Amino acid sequence: MLEVKGLRKVYRSGSREVEALRDLTFTVDNGDMVCLVGPSGCGKTTLLRCISGLLDPTGGDVRVNGKAVDGPPPGMAVVFQEYGRSLFPWMSVRDNVELPLKQKKVARSRRRELVDEALDAVGLTGTESAYPWQLSGGMQQRVAIARAVAYEPQTLLMDEPFAAVDAQTRADLEDLVRSLWKRLNVTILFVTHDIDESVYLGQRVVMLSSSPTVVQDELIIDLPAERDQLHTRADPRFVELRTRVYEQIQLAKKAAR
Amino acid sequence: MIKRVLYVVALPAVLFGAWFVLSDNSESFYSPPLRDILTAFGDTWSADRLRADVVPSLLRLFAGYLLAAVIGVALGVAIGLNRRLRATVEPVLEFFRAIPPPVLVPVIMLFAGIGDGMKVIVIVFGCIWPILLNTVEGVRAVDSVVLDTARAYGVTGPARLTKVILPSAGPQIAAGLRQALSIAIILMVISEMFAASNGLGFTIVQFQRSFAIPEMWSGIILLGLLGFVLSLLFRLAEQRALRWYEGLRAAQRQG
Amino acid sequence: MTSVRRGSPVRLGSPALLGAAGLAGLLLVIEMLPRLGLVDDRYLPPTSRIAAALADETGNPQFWASLGDTLVAWALGLAIAVGAGVLAGIVIGSIPVLRNLTASTVEFLRPIPSVALIPLAVLLYGTDIGSTLMLVCYAAFWQVFVQVLYGVADVDPVAYETARSFRFSAWARIRHVLWPTALPYVFTGVRLAASVALVLAITAELVIGAPGLGKEIAVAQASEAVPTMYALIVVTGILGVLINLLARTGERRLLAWHQSVRGEVAT
Repeated sequence: MLEVKGLRKVYRSGSREVEALRDLTFTVDNGDMVCLVGPSGCGKTTLLRCISGLLDPTGGDVRVNGKAVDGPPPGMAVVFQEYGRSLFPWMSVRDNVELPLKQKKVARSRRRELVDEALDAVGLTGTESAYPWQLSGGMQQRVAIARAVAYEPQTLLMDEPFAAVDAQTRADLEDLVRSLWKRLNVTILFVTHDIDESVYLGQRVVMLSSSPTVVQDELIIDLPAERDQLHTRADPRFVELRTRVYEQIQLAKKAAR
Repeated sequence: MIKRVLYVVALPAVLFGAWFVLSDNSESFYSPPLRDILTAFGDTWSADRLRADVVPSLLRLFAGYLLAAVIGVALGVAIGLNRRLRATVEPVLEFFRAIPPPVLVPVIMLFAGIGDGMKVIVIVFGCIWPILLNTVEGVRAVDSVVLDTARAYGVTGPARLTKVILPSAGPQIAAGLRQALSIAIILMVISEMFAASNGLGFTIVQFQRSFAIPEMWSGIILLGLLGFVLSLLFRLAEQRALRWYEGLRAAQRQG
Repeated sequence: MTSVRRGSPVRLGSPALLGAAGLAGLLLVIEMLPRLGLVDDRYLPPTSRIAAALADETGNPQFWASLGDTLVAWALGLAIAVGAGVLAGIVIGSIPVLRNLTASTVEFLRPIPSVALIPLAVLLYGTDIGSTLMLVCYAAFWQVFVQVLYGVADVDPVAYETARSFRFSAWARIRHVLWPTALPYVFTGVRLAASVALVLAITAELVIGAPGLGKEIAVAQASEAVPTMYALIVVTGILGVLINLLARTGERRLLAWHQSVRGEVAT
């Protein structure tokens, strides 16, 4: 279980202070798929960096399975928005996926298996020896997802992972994430600014306010577990839910003004 | 294909031919016929001469250059990773880099005499600065997302250094190494011109002082060839080591 | 790989203060090393004695004459090299046949160490300023020339085609399309050439004995005036730093309008 309690983050530069996160509290149960959605500039990335232990919060705390986070916790993988910068351009696709496993001291034969399985799961078999920059944007983000999957995390954090890919690739990648989530029984926290995406992907949507950020509202997405781009998005219930989320986000933006 | 070969060969062939023909009847003491220079080249740079003068020069060059590379990169990484240390030493380093390296020869002669040690130290002291400063800059500029990724996936300790920071700073370090190579060659020659009993620089100056002009010219040509070959070798090594970087840049230019 | 540094107010632990502390630390170390007997003070005199020697030098007309000689050789050589480099670079760079024909020759001539020309310079010019100029021009020329070639190659083909479709004359194409694109590269070339020119000027004076600071260093060394020698070396270092600063500020000023469209200029 992932617990975020009273999280607060203030940036200081010189005498200036910027309060990015004011007071955030929410939980994600094991095996759940939660989408965080909020207006642009609402401190989503700051929040994610705090949860992943890359950034020390100013107040409050983050716990993974009861243990406080003070540095990147084991069993947590992150997929960054900037796939072009998050993949190491000096390593082949295979080496990129394998490096974290080497650091975990996974045995060589097992590493091979994990890398092959992960690349297969994201549909990239055959690109092992290519460099990331030889692939398209969508394929690069698949490599980043494969790296996360091969790491065998209990928790997967995704920071607006599809913000920089084209619309069709994005739909494919959304379905990929859904299917991986169901197959691997992993907890996913998915940050996005796209309301449709959050409703389509999530079992639950947490809406954030504008900065300084608090939790605006939460919503259970009671759509059937089997979702597809065509029918789910045309489902009246889907439209209803996305309207709810949309209204909340508008409210949050207004409150900020 | 033929066209490309022509492009490569044509101008050098014409220049060489022109030099050969125009200088053939030259009476000028300072620019003897190329024919004589070529003859002198064969006579002067015999296997014995190469062993006695060129090999020691090259050994000193490589010793100094490698030492500078190792020390420069090691210090550069340490300084680049520590922001306060960097701010503290950067002006000092910039000052040392700005000193024209050859003036170090008389200083280091005070400490180390005129032996091989002096020449190696001169080369180290002269060409360490571009390596050091470029490494600092390269390490400082490692992408924050790259660092975050490494941390999030538990890539720490030695692996962080060898798999993440050094490759990422690689192109910048290579630029420093390239600058340092030409400085190293200059210092090799200068230190030998100053005080030596063997070596390329020493020999060429001897020829000049004894007015053995064709021999002097042949020495200049040999030195030129040496510079050319070394920079060629460096480029080949760089292309191999940084193939990913060239590819990445080409991909970015298209995108 | 270039980044813009923004100025920040000076406060405790700020880079400016730390940098000053670093310099002060260096001066202190050099003062203490010989005083504590860790280094023979005949080899490395303490800071205070180097400073005294420097003060002496500033009262010496010979010093100022030498400084002037060095600067004249530097400026003259640099000016010739920049002029020749820009001209040759634009002509050769904008005519593909010439570029292809000269590529191999340039690749061969460029890495030739300029110091190889020292004996030749001595024979041709003796210990005249001509020796210094020859080496300075040779070394600085390549820096400018190669950068101009990069700059000309960087011209956007679409912009060039546009100019052609509007029937611009060759001169107008150079003036309005080629030159503005190449300008940042020209400045990079000039900046690199400025430091190389100083190194070569001092080297030539030191090794050949042409008039200038380099010769003064050689004289100080020969007469075992070690503190003076160090003082002169410090002067060459300060000169180098100043030239760097000047070139960088000038580049930034003159290219302020250009920064937004400016890509990475190869170093």
